[in-house]
Amino acid sequence: MVIKQLSVFIENRKGRLEQVTEVLCEKNINIVSFSLADTSEYGMLRMIVSNPEEGRKVLKEKGFSAMLTDVIAVKIVQEPGTLHKILQILFEAELSVEYMYTLTTTGQNTSIIMKLSDLKEALKVLEFNGYEVYTALEAYEITNNVDK
Amino acid sequence: MIWNEAKECMSRDEITNLQSARLRKMVDRVYHSVEFYRKKMQQMGIEPGDIKGVEDLHKLPFTTKNDLRDNYPFGLFAVPQSEIVRIHASSGTTGKATVVGYTRRDIEIWSECVARVLAMDGVGPQDKIQVAYGYGLFTGGLGLHYGAENLGATVIPMSTGNTQKLITMMQDFGATAIACTPSYLLHIAETLEEAGQIGNIKLKAAICGAEPWTENMRKEIEAKLNLKAYDIYGLSEIMGPGVAADCEYHNGLHVYEDHFIPEIINTETLEPCKEGEIGELVFTTITKEALPLFRYRTRDLTSISYDKCECGRTLARISRFKGRSDDMLIIRGVNVFPSQVEAALLEISETSPHYMLIVDRVNNLDILEVQVEVEESFFSDEIRQLESLTKKIAHVLQSALGLSVKVTLVEPKTIQRSEGKAKRVIDKRKLV
Repeated sequence: MVIKQLSVFIENRKGRLEQVTEVLCEKNINIVSFSLADTSEYGMLRMIVSNPEEGRKVLKEKGFSAMLTDVIAVKIVQEPGTLHKILQILFEAELSVEYMYTLTTTGQNTSIIMKLSDLKEALKVLEFNGYEVYTALEAYEITNNVDK
Repeated sequence: MIWNEAKECMSRDEITNLQSARLRKMVDRVYHSVEFYRKKMQQMGIEPGDIKGVEDLHKLPFTTKNDLRDNYPFGLFAVPQSEIVRIHASSGTTGKATVVGYTRRDIEIWSECVARVLAMDGVGPQDKIQVAYGYGLFTGGLGLHYGAENLGATVIPMSTGNTQKLITMMQDFGATAIACTPSYLLHIAETLEEAGQIGNIKLKAAICGAEPWTENMRKEIEAKLNLKAYDIYGLSEIMGPGVAADCEYHNGLHVYEDHFIPEIINTETLEPCKEGEIGELVFTTITKEALPLFRYRTRDLTSISYDKCECGRTLARISRFKGRSDDMLIIRGVNVFPSQVEAALLEISETSPHYMLIVDRVNNLDILEVQVEVEESFFSDEIRQLESLTKKIAHVLQSALGLSVKVTLVEPKTIQRSEGKAKRVIDKRKLV
C-alpha cells in the first residue's frame, strides 16, 4: 500500500528549517525519516512522520507550503546488490524513480522510500517479485517498533 | 557646436511666436483629422479658433498613455496610412504596446533633433559613433542612427547584446563616440578595465539615455573612460530620443521648443507649476504629422528653467529627473509597468496574483527578479515540476516584458498584503 509523505517547501532563509522542526516538535510529531533536496533558492523537505495529516495541518497554519504525497516504503535486505536488483526490476517494468531515500536500517533489514512514476503498477511489480512494503501505520510508528 | 543656431538661440519672443503659429496650425489640423481629439474638444466646448497661441495651451485636453492604448494601434494617427513610413512601439501599462507612427517629414525632424544633440555633444562628420541602443521597435537604435547619419558621422550600428564584439570593433575601428544606456556604458568600462584595455580606446563622447542616471554616474563614466558623457532624453510618444539633451555645462536638458512645447504641471491640481518648481513634464507636439499629441503627460517629474544657458542656447531646460508620478520602472532601458507583470501572471493558471518585483543593479546591469508565491494549486514536491514551472513563468514574463527575468519561488503569505494599493516593487538601485 502507499503511505503518506509530508513534503514542505522551504525558502533558503536563515532559521527556516528549524522553524519546521519546531512546529512538529510542539505538536509531538515524530520524524521517522527525512530527505532534504536543495536548489540554489529553496529546499524540499520530505518526511515520514508519526501523523502526516496533523503535520500538514499545523505547518500550513504556520504559513508553510506543505503537502502530502503518496510514496511506497519497500523492505529490502542489507547486502550488496539488493538495491540494484530492485531498480533493475522497476526499470524493466518501465517505471521511473522520481526520488528515493532510506526509511530505516536495523541490522540486516533496511527499507527505502520511493516515489515512482506509477505507484500502483510499482506495487504490483514488486509484489510479484516477492517484495514487502510497509503499511502506513507500520511506517508512521517505526520508532515504537524499535523501542519494543 | 550649435547645429541650428537660428532655432536653438532665438529670443523668448521669437520662440513664443513660432510656437503659437505652429500650435494654431496643428490644432486646426488635428481637430479635422483625429476624431478622438475633435470629440474631446467638443465635449469641452472649445474650437480650433479658441487656441490663439501658447497662452491658450492650457485650454487643450491632456493626453495619457491610456488614451494611446484605448486607440490601439493607429486610432490617434492624423494622416492616411500611405503617408506613414515607420512604426515604433514601446510597452504599454498592460499587455498592449503603445504604437507610434512617423511620416517622412517626422523622421526628418527627428534626425534634425538628434543631429543637434550630437553636435552639442561635440560629435561631427569626422567621428565614428557606435549606436549601442537596441534596434527595432524601440526608438533608441534607429533614432540615434538616423540623427548621426544626418550629422554626417560614420555610424556603427551595434545594437545591444554582444559586449565583446562591441569592444573589439570599438578598438579596431577607432570609434570616437558611443550612444547607449549609462548603465551599459559602465558595464563596458568595467569589461575594458578587467581586460586591461582601457588605454586602447579613442572614445571622446558618450550620449547616454533611455534610463534615469545620476550626476555621480556621469562622473564615474567620464573618469573611467576619459571622455565626456551627455544626457539625452526622449519618449516614443513624443518622438523618441532627442526631445531634450544637455550641453557641456550639464545645467539641465535643452528642450527643442520649436517642435515640442513643454509644461510642468502639479500632479494633484493639474495646474501649471512655477518656473523651478518640480512637477510632471507635459509635452505638446507642434510639428508632428503622423501622431500629433496635445499635452501628453510623460509622468516624468522635473522642473523647468527659461534662463539663457552659458552655451548660448536660449531653449528651455528641464532639470535632471526626480522620478515618476506613476509606477513605471526603467530596466536596462526597457519600460516596465508592474501591471504588465500582473497581466502576464494571470495568464498562467498555476500562479497566484501575489508577486513582488525586486530591481537591483549588479555589475552595472539591471536585474529584474520576480518573486512568486508557491501556492497550493501548483505546489509539487518534485523539484523537476517546480523548476519547469519557474521556467514557464520566466518565459511568459520575458515575452510580455521584452526583458529577461529571474523568477524566484517564495513561501506563501511571505509577500506583503496591504490594504488598497499593494507595494509591488522594491527598487534597490540608488539613482536619486
